Amino acid sequence: MVTLNLLIAVCLIYVAGLFLVAFLAERAALRGRGGWLLRSPLVYTLSLSIYCTAWTFYGAVGYAARSGLEYVTIYLGPTLVMIGWWWVLRRLVRIGRAQRVTSVADLISARFGKSNLLAVMVTAMAVIGVTPYIALQLQSVTLSVSIFAADDVSSMQSGDLNDYAAFWVAAGLAVFTLVFGTRNLNANERHHGVVIAVAVEAVVKLVALLAVGAFVVWGVAGGLADTISRIDASPIGTWQTGGGRWSALIVLSAAAFVCLPRMFQVLVVENEDERHLQIASWAFPIYLLAISLFVVPIAVIGLELMPTGANPDLYVLTIPLSQGQSGLAMLVFLGGFSSATSMVIVATLALSTMMSNHIVMPLWLQLSARGAQQSGDVRAVVIRARRLSILLIISLGYLYYRASGGSGALAAIGLISFGGVAQFLPALLGGIFWRGATRTGAVAGLAAGFVVWMYTMLLPSFGPDGALPAAVFEQGLFGVSQLRPRALFGITGLDPTVHAVWWSLSLNTLLFITVSIFSFPTPLERLQGAQFVNVFDRSSRHARGWSASEGEAEDLMIMSQRILGAPEAQAFFRDQALQQGRVGRSPAPTPEFVQALERELAASVGAATANAMIGQIIGGQAISVEELMAVADESAQILEYSSKLELKSRQLAETAHELSRANEKLTQLSLLKDSFLTQISHELRTPMTSIRSFSEILRDMADLSDVDKTRYASIIHSETIRLTRLLDDLLDLAVLEGGQVSLNCKTVNLHDILEQAVTTAQASSAREFDIRRQVANEDVTLVTDGDRLAQVFINLVSNALKYCDAAEPELDIAVRREAENVIVAFTDNGSGIPADGETVVFEKFVRLGRGEGDGAGLGLAICREIVTRLGGAISYVPLEKGGRFEVRLSSGHAGKELPRMLLI
Amino acid sequence: MGKHVVLVEDETNIAEAIRFLLGREGWRVETLANGGNAAEVIRAAGPDLVILDVMLPGKTGFEILAELRADSALADLPVLMLTARGQARDREMAMQAGASRFMTKPFANNEMLAAVRELTQGRVD
Repeated sequence: MVTLNLLIAVCLIYVAGLFLVAFLAERAALRGRGGWLLRSPLVYTLSLSIYCTAWTFYGAVGYAARSGLEYVTIYLGPTLVMIGWWWVLRRLVRIGRAQRVTSVADLISARFGKSNLLAVMVTAMAVIGVTPYIALQLQSVTLSVSIFAADDVSSMQSGDLNDYAAFWVAAGLAVFTLVFGTRNLNANERHHGVVIAVAVEAVVKLVALLAVGAFVVWGVAGGLADTISRIDASPIGTWQTGGGRWSALIVLSAAAFVCLPRMFQVLVVENEDERHLQIASWAFPIYLLAISLFVVPIAVIGLELMPTGANPDLYVLTIPLSQGQSGLAMLVFLGGFSSATSMVIVATLALSTMMSNHIVMPLWLQLSARGAQQSGDVRAVVIRARRLSILLIISLGYLYYRASGGSGALAAIGLISFGGVAQFLPALLGGIFWRGATRTGAVAGLAAGFVVWMYTMLLPSFGPDGALPAAVFEQGLFGVSQLRPRALFGITGLDPTVHAVWWSLSLNTLLFITVSIFSFPTPLERLQGAQFVNVFDRSSRHARGWSASEGEAEDLMIMSQRILGAPEAQAFFRDQALQQGRVGRSPAPTPEFVQALERELAASVGAATANAMIGQIIGGQAISVEELMAVADESAQILEYSSKLELKSRQLAETAHELSRANEKLTQLSLLKDSFLTQISHELRTPMTSIRSFSEILRDMADLSDVDKTRYASIIHSETIRLTRLLDDLLDLAVLEGGQVSLNCKTVNLHDILEQAVTTAQASSAREFDIRRQVANEDVTLVTDGDRLAQVFINLVSNALKYCDAAEPELDIAVRREAENVIVAFTDNGSGIPADGETVVFEKFVRLGRGEGDGAGLGLAICREIVTRLGGAISYVPLEKGGRFEVRLSSGHAGKELPRMLLI
Repeated sequence: MGKHVVLVEDETNIAEAIRFLLGREGWRVETLANGGNAAEVIRAAGPDLVILDVMLPGKTGFEILAELRADSALADLPVLMLTARGQARDREMAMQAGASRFMTKPFANNEMLAAVRELTQGRVD
């Protein structure tokens, strides 16, 4: 005999235990301990069991008692999803982590261009769809309490009791969710306390159901064999697999498993590690198998044992009670209580996150004129919004429970709820697999599916003359028979559930696809689409086009501090700065950084809000042409291949170009060589011609006068000198060009070298020449090869003496300093070098003179080589009247540098 | 009127050698050091023979030869070309341009005289 007071006491102790477990888990997580448990795949798997609510705990037996094995469909859907985790769940989890998704609404919104409209729609639909479900949990608890109360004569009126129980349960759940659900703002950080509590409850409900099952089989039915024969005798045992209804229910439960906000919360948001999915993929189906193992025996025995009219939904509780097993009944009660509470807690948590991120925060952003930049802690606003949302949602559930008066079978309410959230499926799957899906398509599909679901499933569930007048059931909306809620388009004879699921999901999918095809996505949608669909493709992760200035970085910091909290925000900025290699400074507002920040904020307030907040500070989000190009192509691979191809062909073209350039150069070199040989041949043959001719004359002609003989001999003599000089020059040039010249660098005075050069040049010239110098400026100490420098100066002075065509020739030698260079300029008053010769004057064998010269045209070429070797430069400066050669000697060799060099 | 030759040669020593050699043979030698106006000078002088160097300031020997050959009155004028470059290609070019004879520097005096005699045989006595 269990008194109500005892029940309440046990209940309170149990709840206190849950609080303690959750508290310890939170504390352990905060101190970085207990990771082996908190982050274990076992806890992840057990947390998934919030799929099994009180509906499953109590309702599955009732379902089996009413409809036979059909209840199995509710487990088959999730089992298929888990087994096929590789295709859908893995993708969802990866996207959830990559995009820091906070809820199913956030995911859909983020995928379709961070659309707040979609987020609001999904949130609203989820709240409408899940509220009855929460009411259902409250109902199950009060129902189970009432069973105990019926035995307790001392109790008050059962009606009052139910209200009390529901209210206090709702209040208790609200407190628990408030305490452990809004501890930290970042929804993406795991709620360790909640998850651990849920895992504990998962164990309790499994143990309770297994215990009842074992008691029924071995304690009541008298063993396994007897149980099986009783099942065989019962109508439940026969497989009545009405194909349509079965497939519809499997699809519905599979869809709900992925789309239910609370399932999304534990599957994706609370996921610690992608590998946990792999383990859960077989562990969770085993859990489902265990929890459904004894459903049929309990239903069969219950039907036999219990009086007709007893609620089969409560067989798990009433059978042990009827057998006087109060302890077992208490355990079962706790199991049912666990199922209900864990569902309510996680569902409320998920819904409140959606509500505060997608409805409250955007509204607050809109209403607060100064937007995200205003002073004050945004965190407080977000947390307050989340807490209010929790209270609101639990209140809605309670009010729904009060309003519906606890009517209807548990299973029916569960299916209706499933049908509502299943409407997210087309947008969700389309969003992660199909790049062509657009926001407009998703809005159209969701709206259509939701309206059809309301009309064919939710509203009719209140019964004729409940939400819809009986006439509408009979004649259809506005008397149009095509619009009868259970026979849309005049198709009758379908099971109402099949009918509703079929029409809502079909119209939803059809509109989603059609509108997507005919609508044009915004750039942000394209970008997000590419990132979602190619989430496993590394190349698709490129930074987006936020561009902030340094000034805005400060605003970003202020905003982040108020959303993430000052220490968290500072830590994040510090990390980012470190990654950028900026130690001890704030990070540069690169597109990568702003994107990372947006993700971080999105984890707290959702993608759409985070996007809007950053947008408020930085202004519009620029999406570069390059990014558009990256997503425009249907496949990133095609792009990659074609870019590789392009690279290869570009490399080929480059190689070909280089080859042709090399060929050109070779041809040019060959031409140069030819022309050089020709030049040398000419320069050698010319003096040799005179030498040969005159020597033959001297040899063959006896009658020459002495004067002639002397004259011809001296011609031969001067021509041999010319030949020798040519050979000297050629060898000199060859040595200089070959780089084999060894410079004999010493400290010299520029004045001495000029003096030597002018004297030497004048000695070999007969012309009267006015040479002007600035001796004072010439006193420059240089470290250089004095002989080589003199050779250059001699050449330049000689050239002037030889070629200056002025009537009164003048040569001006000026020395000046320019920065760190010493420049020696030789200016004559002749007509200078013809314009067409300026570029070639330093080339070999170039003679621009008027033919009187006997040089081979190597002098200036040699000068250029020498000056280059000395680390300087020689150039010709055309003047209006006359020409000027400038020798620029780099200061590396200038005397000024010497002391410093010596010091070192 | 004696035998008249126009010598276009910028190397003064070479020009002097040739002037000496041909002078002894009874030629009146008119020397030009620049190629620029050589064709006009030759046309005006109407010599019995032209000796033309290839590499000249002003104009190349080939250009001068082409001008001479373009004038029908001078089409048959014997032209002896001299070059110091001495490559087979130059010989071909000279012959194509219409040179009567091509000689490479340095030359033997006898060779030069023989060539001049050969070229002017029947033209001058």
